[in-house]
Amino acid sequence: MNAGTDPATLDEVCVVAIAEAFRGDGEILCNPIGTTPIIGGRLARATFEPDMVMTDTVAFLVANTLPVGDAGAERLIEAWMPYRDIFDLLWSGRRHVVMGASQIDARGNQNLAAIGDWRRPRAQLLGLRGAPGNLVNHVTSYWVPNHSPRTFVPSVDVVSGPGYDRVAGLSAAVRANHEVRRVVSNLGVFDFANDERRMQVVSVHPGVTVDQVVEATGFELVLPEVVDETPRPTDEELRLIREVIDPRGLRRAEFGG
Amino acid sequence: MTEDDVVAQLEDSMTIGIGGWGSRRKPMSLVRAIARSSLEDLTIVSYGGPDIGILCATGKVRRAVYGFVSLDSVPLEPHFRQARQQGTIQFTELDEGAFYLGLLAAAHRVPFYPTRAGLGSDMMTMNPELRTVASPYPDADGSSEEFVAIPALRPDVSLIHMNRADAGGNGQFLGPDLYFDDLFAKAADRTFMSCEKVVATEALLDEGTFHTLKIPRLFVDGVVEAPRGAHFTECPPDYERDEAFQREYAATARDPEAWAAFADRFVHAPSHAEYLHRVDERAAERDAEGVAP
Repeated sequence: MNAGTDPATLDEVCVVAIAEAFRGDGEILCNPIGTTPIIGGRLARATFEPDMVMTDTVAFLVANTLPVGDAGAERLIEAWMPYRDIFDLLWSGRRHVVMGASQIDARGNQNLAAIGDWRRPRAQLLGLRGAPGNLVNHVTSYWVPNHSPRTFVPSVDVVSGPGYDRVAGLSAAVRANHEVRRVVSNLGVFDFANDERRMQVVSVHPGVTVDQVVEATGFELVLPEVVDETPRPTDEELRLIREVIDPRGLRRAEFGG
Repeated sequence: MTEDDVVAQLEDSMTIGIGGWGSRRKPMSLVRAIARSSLEDLTIVSYGGPDIGILCATGKVRRAVYGFVSLDSVPLEPHFRQARQQGTIQFTELDEGAFYLGLLAAAHRVPFYPTRAGLGSDMMTMNPELRTVASPYPDADGSSEEFVAIPALRPDVSLIHMNRADAGGNGQFLGPDLYFDDLFAKAADRTFMSCEKVVATEALLDEGTFHTLKIPRLFVDGVVEAPRGAHFTECPPDYERDEAFQREYAATARDPEAWAAFADRFVHAPSHAEYLHRVDERAAERDAEGVAP
């Protein structure tokens, strides 16, 4: 593939949309989880957020831009950050995580714990993991690669990460910490930047229509008068994605590639 | 000690803490010894991986206490899923950080630690016994913030696996992460530690700096030498995860007969040495079958 000349594909548009979630974050732990979010986070740091710190997904903070899925890549280690320190750090608030969501609703409630009744679920998933603590301590964004009425649901089966309705009655400190900044799916980009704190369409990806997004969503989305097209990657972004951060093309796995 | 000596110290209905994280540095030879014992009704407290899966599949678990259960490269632990979906175990599902605070509270002998983690989420719904506590120190506006009071998670016995240890019970981790093994040891009434290799005390600094000596014998009641004792989970730098074996383990959840054959051959191997022999035999079979490692 010839970086900079071949047009961007959907996976690359999504990577850039995830990277944009980190714009303005400065010196915090950029902590995307999963291949596509990690590529997005590394792209953000390699371009417009150079002060962010990032892990090697094992136990170290590394200053250089690592290629994904390459355990042997040379690392410029700048600190040791085993799991316990991740919790100490996240309680400090200096972190922005990108998690997946098996279900997400209009108020930003996320489920990665179980499908069905949690007492005896139809499908047990990961468990609550760190989602409850993440949401009440620092900024969170979500990546949902399979946008459908089964993932964008009227009401999630289990609230792992609480959304805006769930934190509305909590303390001022919790409300100050809580921010669901951005949801990126394979169809578009969404946020909650309105008075009602309901999910709204920010942009649809190239080739996707607003109707398609509405059709694939199990609740009413807030639709602004103008819906932009998600920005396509620049030539430099494409070069970084294709040659530096994901030369093996692992990002295509979530897109049937 | 041997694995069976450790199991002889355990009783039905005990709460057992298990160190490691997901499919990483789990005391698997001790887990298998429990699985082939007559013990029952155990409460397992763990950052869960195949330890919880195997003990669920062998009917040892009354309650699992966890923040997640995962095999890492296989994201969902299939035997644990089955237990949850069939309703065969009770469970206490916590935020991962809240779990850490529960161990810390037990280690520090206080009844709880406060945290915001859990507020607004279904952690509170799923665990109706959880209480909140108001800060005794009012905020500037005179209000008192509410916190979740995470109760102490106090195992009767904790089981951990280290890279090296001396015979007196000083443990050493040589990999990138201790996880919460020192807290498991401090939180429990008693702790048994397996290790890759028992070395002389004067040899403890041969392979790692003093920073790796995080398990003092104060918190350890017995040492089991178990080379490859964490198999099939990873135990760096001694060995990586046995992915081919883990895939076979995971696949057995789909079919009771496949699980029975797997359990008979591996889980119920009468000793750790015999288990390793059968694992190596299986690897040779896989080579002969041309299965990718």
